[in-house]
This record gives sequence, structure tokens and C-alpha cells, in this order.
Amino acid sequence: MIQILAFYLFAIMVIASGVLTIIARNPVHSVLWLILAFFNAAGLMLLAGAEFIAMLLVIVYVGAVAVLFLFVVMMLDIDFAELRAGFANYAMFGLLLALVLVGEVIFAVGAWNAGGIELAQRVSPIPNDQPNIEALGALLYTRYLYIFEAAGLVLLVAMIGAIVLTHRRRGGTRPQNISEQVKRRPQDAVRNVNPPVGEGVQL
Amino acid sequence: MIGIQHYLVVSALLFVTGVLGIFINRKNVIIILMAIELILLAVNINLVAFSSYLGDMVGQVFAMFVLTVAAGEAAIGLAILVIYFRGRGTIAVDDINRMKG
Repeated sequence: MIQILAFYLFAIMVIASGVLTIIARNPVHSVLWLILAFFNAAGLMLLAGAEFIAMLLVIVYVGAVAVLFLFVVMMLDIDFAELRAGFANYAMFGLLLALVLVGEVIFAVGAWNAGGIELAQRVSPIPNDQPNIEALGALLYTRYLYIFEAAGLVLLVAMIGAIVLTHRRRGGTRPQNISEQVKRRPQDAVRNVNPPVGEGVQL
Repeated sequence: MIGIQHYLVVSALLFVTGVLGIFINRKNVIIILMAIELILLAVNINLVAFSSYLGDMVGQVFAMFVLTVAAGEAAIGLAILVIYFRGRGTIAVDDINRMKG
């Protein structure tokens, strides 16, 4: 009973915050609604028994992606009112399209039935005596090791790409040049002089 | 226990919300990126729901990979957005025609 109640709570909240994400006037509010949607989706996944994915959703999406969005929204100085022009024009067509799409999908879900699923052919049945994270780790580091490495590579490329794209060299700054510093020899930098009394030193 | 159909309907509604978000915010790239995140979230809910329904761990593994790609996509998308804004001073999508594609 409590499960069904929690499911409907999370489901309604995730869809409501999704809708508010796309119709909020202020993009900062959009990001905050998006965070709420992620939290509720994590709740849904918790109910489905995927604890690790749920926690990952909170950490990765809320902790990293949403904060990145928040940074970008606040960093750029954009006239958002101007960007909303034509909202009503697009809204009519968009709503029509969305209604058709949701009708289609729900119709498809209703018409779908699982048929004869051969449960014996599952790649990796969920073990009953193991916590979710342990089972996931065992699968990830054995059977899907190469794909896991490839996912790490995707993240590495994304990181390097983001840095390369946004890095810029500002004029007028004097950054540290390590190779110049290392190349410098004492004979280039130090000079012994013996100045006469009463005269200055030529620098 | 909640049936798989319930999860599928929730995920379908979330997916359509994301598509609608792309349609009605045609000028604002930031909201479009957020709508794409919503779509990927719907996909993840679907994967996890089927994983639970079939009792197979693989769905959760693939949900993790979708999550990875989504994080990378958001990072690159926002980086492109930032350099575009630096160069042009606006992020209106209809004005993006520099490459004449």
C-alpha cells in the first residue's frame, strides 16, 4: 500500500516538475524544477529496486549536471524575455504534437504484452542474496568491462573537449612560464660587479 | 507491487514533456538542453523498470551508460553554448547559421 502511494507521489511529482521545467519563465527556476524532477525520478528507481542507479542519479545529475546548468544560466547575461517571444505560437503546435505523441505511446503500451518471455535466457538474473550495488559492480567489472572503460573514455573526451572549447588566453596577463624558468641559467641571471665608491650600479 | 505499465506510462509522459519542451522553447538553447536531459531521464526510467520487471541486471548497467553519455553531452553542449555566447552575445537558436548548413 505504502509502495503504491509512494509510486503515485513520485510519478505525479516527476511529471509536474518536468512540465514546470519547460514552461518556467525564469531559467533559474527551470533548473530548480529539473533538480526536483531528478530527485523524484530517483525515488521511482528506488521503488523499482535499483538503489545504486537512484543514488547515482542524485549525485551525478543533481550534484554535477544541474549545478553546471545553474552556473551557465547565471554566468551568461541573456535577455530571456526576448527569447520567449513566439512562445504562444509554438505552444499550440507543440501541444498538438505532444498530444498525438502521448496518445500513440500510451496506445502502444496498452497494446503491448510481454508474450512468452524466456526468463531462462536472462544475461544476469538479479541475485537475491546480494545487495544491488554489489551485483551491479560484479557485472560491470567482468562482463561489461570494455564498455565500462569506453564510458570512462567518453567522459574523458567530454572533459578535455569542454576545457579546450572554453579555454581562452587573455591578453595583458603575465602567466607563469615554467619552461622559461627551468631554462634560466645562473650565468644569464647573475652578474658580479665591483662598483667604485660613490657611484651607482648600472642595471 | 506496481506493474510495468505504470512505469512505462510515467516514462512516456516524461519523454513527451521533453519533446514538448524542445518545441515550445525553440529559441532558448539552455531550456532545450534541459528538455534533452528530461528525455534521457525518461529513457533511464524505462531501462530500470524493465530491469526490475525481467529481474535482469543488464538494464541497470545500460542505464548507467546512458547516464554517462548524458553527463558528457551536457558538459559539451554547455561549453559550446558558452563560447557561442562569447562570440555573438546571444543564444537565440534561430540566429545560429554561421556554418550555413
